[in-house]
Amino acid sequence: MSGYWIGIITILSINMVFAYGIYLAVATGQLNLGGAGFQAIGAYAAAWLSAEMGMPLYVTIPASILVTALIGFAFAFPILRLKGVYLVLGTFAFAEVVVGIIINSDALGGAMGLPVPDYIDWPVPVAGAVIAALICFYIMSTRLGLVVRAVHDDDVVSDLMGVDVRLVRVAMFALGAGLAGLSGGLYAHAYTYVEVQTFNASLSIYVLLYVLLGGAQTPWGPMVGAAFFTLVPEALRSLLPELKMAVMSALGVEGTVNPPDESWRFVLLGVVTVLMMVFRSEGLVTRRLVERLSHPFRRSAAVKEAEA
Amino acid sequence: MLLVQQIVNGLMLGSVYVTVAVAFTLTISILNFLNFTIPTLFMVAGMVSWGLAYFGLPFGLSGPLAWPAALACGAVASILCSLLVERFTFRYMRTRHGDSTEHAIPLVSSLGFLLILENLIRIFYGSDSQRFPGPSSDLTTQIGGIFVRIPQLVSFVIVMVLILGLVWMMKHTRIGRGLRAIAENPDAATILGVEPNKIVPVVFMLTGLLCGLAGALFAVNYGEVSPMMGEDIGSKAIAGMVVGGLGSLWGAVAGGIIVGLVEMLTIHFFGADAVQVAVWGALLVTLLMRPQGLFGHNAIGKGKL
Repeated sequence: MSGYWIGIITILSINMVFAYGIYLAVATGQLNLGGAGFQAIGAYAAAWLSAEMGMPLYVTIPASILVTALIGFAFAFPILRLKGVYLVLGTFAFAEVVVGIIINSDALGGAMGLPVPDYIDWPVPVAGAVIAALICFYIMSTRLGLVVRAVHDDDVVSDLMGVDVRLVRVAMFALGAGLAGLSGGLYAHAYTYVEVQTFNASLSIYVLLYVLLGGAQTPWGPMVGAAFFTLVPEALRSLLPELKMAVMSALGVEGTVNPPDESWRFVLLGVVTVLMMVFRSEGLVTRRLVERLSHPFRRSAAVKEAEA
Repeated sequence: MLLVQQIVNGLMLGSVYVTVAVAFTLTISILNFLNFTIPTLFMVAGMVSWGLAYFGLPFGLSGPLAWPAALACGAVASILCSLLVERFTFRYMRTRHGDSTEHAIPLVSSLGFLLILENLIRIFYGSDSQRFPGPSSDLTTQIGGIFVRIPQLVSFVIVMVLILGLVWMMKHTRIGRGLRAIAENPDAATILGVEPNKIVPVVFMLTGLLCGLAGALFAVNYGEVSPMMGEDIGSKAIAGMVVGGLGSLWGAVAGGIIVGLVEMLTIHFFGADAVQVAVWGALLVTLLMRPQGLFGHNAIGKGKL
């Protein structure tokens, strides 16, 4: 495989793990806009253990999960009292505070970043993505998954039915934080360098968009969302100049055409986001779509309910 | 004396935050919608003003009046963008699913608009920060040993007058009553003859106006604009809004000024690197200890939050 494709597969796997981390919080109806903060904690935990303590890989990566999950757990208790806009702002503030603390701490390299000695090749992030996906599919297929869905759809009724709403939310938030930490640990070792500027507000926004545009109803959503929004911008990198050439020659413009600005890719991503929210706000993959694809000839209960 | 000077600087910086924070709090209190395009509208106003002043104005305007005209055009651009955002985000908020992440729909659309507007500006005007040709910067006066820059003082006064006008409008005019009715209960307001599709754009026009004004004042006072200028101001304004209390106009005013003071005092005592921790820490502590903020009331959001 060429280096280009190895790079894409690595970042795709890391994005998928990251998206599953945010998905677990969103699945209980909690928008987590602090993803970059959790990924930063995982990345710096792995980087610090590896660089300063000389720990091997099989210590640093589990440690990145554990540290982030514990911090997520401690943070979830007070923050999950908040709902809606307040929760979005609280998680966003958390990410900013984490980044601010890292910049100001000399032990973590401050604004300079930390080099990471151990390098991992692409099979490790891919294995991480597969494990994260299996965990999420398993959780959503159990009774806990049913409870998660109930809490997402109506927390008051779930509470009346005897579900410990707070416990479910805190547990899923902490587990999600652990997965985001894993993505950070994988990132640190795959790029052998961590720099706090990577973990900015845009990253938190992108990963939440992966989940919400992919669809938060089923565990397929984050996978499709992360794949779509990682691969399509990459494809556009080579497609956009060709597209502009075609348009220009159709308009009858002769001679060399300057390649379009890189930023057009993000403009397109924004347009897709806006259109998705207008026409299909539940995301690309919905529960109904999965039902249909898995039983093409059976009229399932969900389909009947939707048609009624 | 240096400390007093820093406090005055904080007040002046705070007036920009106040304007943006009021824009945020207006959309949240009336529509229960966290509008992430607000920092971008602020940036659009600044960058379009710069672009017009730099590449030449329409209608052959030039000379000493060129930069105020450019600023006015920037504010108009910000209002137009805001109306565009309204057309494609808030119109689709009508309850369709009824689950707890439904308020995410306009929020996510506004994130999409953030990407669109910011990158379009980058494409047309580049990513570098640019010097805005405002009035000459030595318009400084000394009041009792404290240096005050005249443009900053003027913008402080403009902001305060604008907010007083806004408060008066919300209280005494027909539009203001309609907006408060929608904030209270959209269905009942509709039954009583308020038309949401006509009155909601007013909120977005006010948002665009406030952001346009803030962008213009920022460009004049600090003499520099860039495609990233919205991120920092926007996050500080959000912090100010939360500290003051979501949905309260005077809370946003107080919060914006508090954040300006906290920023200047943190720079004075701990250095510039600690600002982010101080400002966001204040936000986080407020959310954890007193989510309704200093002046907020629990009524907004009606349990949907």
